[in-house]
Amino acid sequence: MDSEEAEGLGLVSRRFCFIITPAMAADIVFWILAVVSAGAAAAMIISRNPGHNALFLVLCFSALGGIFGLLDAPFAAAVQILVYAGAIMVLFIFVVMMVDPRTPAPPERRKRAKILGPAIGLVLLFELGTAAWGILANSNRSPASGPGVAPADVGRRLFTEFAYPFEITSVLILAALVGAVVLGKKEEPES
Amino acid sequence: MSPAAVVGLSLVLFVLGVIAFFVKRDLLTQFMAVEIMLNAANLAFLGLARGSARIDAQVIVFFVMTVAAAEAAVGLAIILHLYRRRKSIRTDELDKLRG
Repeated sequence: MDSEEAEGLGLVSRRFCFIITPAMAADIVFWILAVVSAGAAAAMIISRNPGHNALFLVLCFSALGGIFGLLDAPFAAAVQILVYAGAIMVLFIFVVMMVDPRTPAPPERRKRAKILGPAIGLVLLFELGTAAWGILANSNRSPASGPGVAPADVGRRLFTEFAYPFEITSVLILAALVGAVVLGKKEEPES
Repeated sequence: MSPAAVVGLSLVLFVLGVIAFFVKRDLLTQFMAVEIMLNAANLAFLGLARGSARIDAQVIVFFVMTVAAAEAAVGLAIILHLYRRRKSIRTDELDKLRG
């Protein structure tokens, strides 16, 4: 049955002279994910509800996780989904629930920022685009995709060459944890 | 999926984050915009390192995510604290320090 289906597909593709190579498929998936992530980020600008914004951000980060996977970085993709789209965004949604549930959202009082923000964004886009263009045009790197980097290699590198920064990171997380607990504590009435 | 396309996407995401940061008047959403900018930087790292089989990019992405997680925890705690005191997280209402 499978072979029959495969033959049928081959026939169809031969008839339409339309063959999808793996590289093309990766390209198509990349562009779909790119449009989804950029669209979710743009929707975050338009929407006024912080809860919706958090969900748009989950969508954006999940699509970015898929793109990381396409870029031969399975470790970064997994961490992106688990830590970003999972843990950090759950934290955000908790805070959205604790803070004002019915955002008053009055019409923006300062219209100036509404014009100035996109203007700054466009200037920045032009500037960064020029810089990126200069770098990419000068480097004649081969776009050939090498073998993907296995998560085991990342872990080995992390615990040998980068062991010192890694340990400092744990101190940073401990400090952040203590700080968050102290800040989040209910204030004792002065008595 | 050339490096140029990946860097272009990271550029667009970064600029969208900047615009969201300036247009929004809601501290939580502005904080989310910062997260978008961090992710755009991660994407640029991975896109430029692709094909050269370098592991360093993924290690740097790991560190960026760790710092982002710590920053999110402390930042959200500060936002909660601010909300408890002021009953508002709209940045145009938090103008006590303005002269």
